[in-house]
Amino acid sequence: MARLIPLIAFLLLAGLLGFGLTWNMYHDQREVPSPLIDKPAPAFSLPLLNDPARNFGSADLKGKPYLLNVFGSWCPSCVDEHPVLVRYAKELDLPLVGYNWKDDPADANAWLARFGNPYDVIVADAQGRTAIDFGVYGAPETFLVDAAGVIRLKRIGALTPDYVEKTLKPAIAQLRGGKPGAAP
Amino acid sequence: MSRRFLLRALLFCLLLPLAAHAVQPLEFKDAAEEKRFQHLTRQLRCLVCQNQNLADSDAGLAGDLRREVFEQLRAGKTDAQIKDYLVERYSRYVLYDPPLSGSTWLLWFGPLLLLGAGAGVVFALVRRRARAAAAQAASPTAAREEEDW
Repeated sequence: MARLIPLIAFLLLAGLLGFGLTWNMYHDQREVPSPLIDKPAPAFSLPLLNDPARNFGSADLKGKPYLLNVFGSWCPSCVDEHPVLVRYAKELDLPLVGYNWKDDPADANAWLARFGNPYDVIVADAQGRTAIDFGVYGAPETFLVDAAGVIRLKRIGALTPDYVEKTLKPAIAQLRGGKPGAAP
Repeated sequence: MSRRFLLRALLFCLLLPLAAHAVQPLEFKDAAEEKRFQHLTRQLRCLVCQNQNLADSDAGLAGDLRREVFEQLRAGKTDAQIKDYLVERYSRYVLYDPPLSGSTWLLWFGPLLLLGAGAGVVFALVRRRARAAAAQAASPTAAREEEDW
């Protein structure tokens, strides 16, 4: 039995290595889980991207679920994500709020003209102050907020068709659960 | 030296403060405040480049967070209040020094457990050797069998 100890120790270590490798394959190590899930979304009021004199914010969104998508023209992954937003914006049937983060309005508009504008409304946070309240640390990020103003879901990184189908759609359906005329 | 050169030099000197303003240096009222700020931001992790602290990071978000920390510090908040503010938004991950809690006890006491296990193994080996040595003194053949593995 004593002879087997080194072998057993080796197998245990190999198992640990295997676990670490597979875990890393399915988890993004850089992803920091948001402590804001299932907490009320922070109140915000930000100037509209294309009408900075007017503000738009949580007060205007009261009572309806919405998606908040953080993007910036300087953000390469946002370019990867954008076709997914354009494709699903109608189908998800939720107000889609664009959150232009630390960007120049001219750059943002040029970017939207080039890649399409799926947003119902776009607010601009040039200084990035409100983004701190949302715990934003890397665009793109997407928040699903329910009618009571509670954050239900946060996606860090680009939305993919797979994520929309398997995670976002079921979560939205759950928000609408029981309501007549609920979208599938 | 031509007049044009002088003009350019003058223009350069005039514009220099503008360039400096672009990186938004924080204006500390005294050395103690700066020291406290540096001490605090060194304990906070930058979320963009995750192996850097807030004090060292060049990321845009790190600049925003430094400004936030500075403003709260100026507003009279304690270090603990500022840390709580960031933890509420970015989770405990922003702290380089994780507090002891249900999910971190292994992190805190794991090394001690390993040390204890190591000490146990050493103790067992030493006792076995001592017993083998005693057995060898009594009967040399028994000791050889013991040594075998």
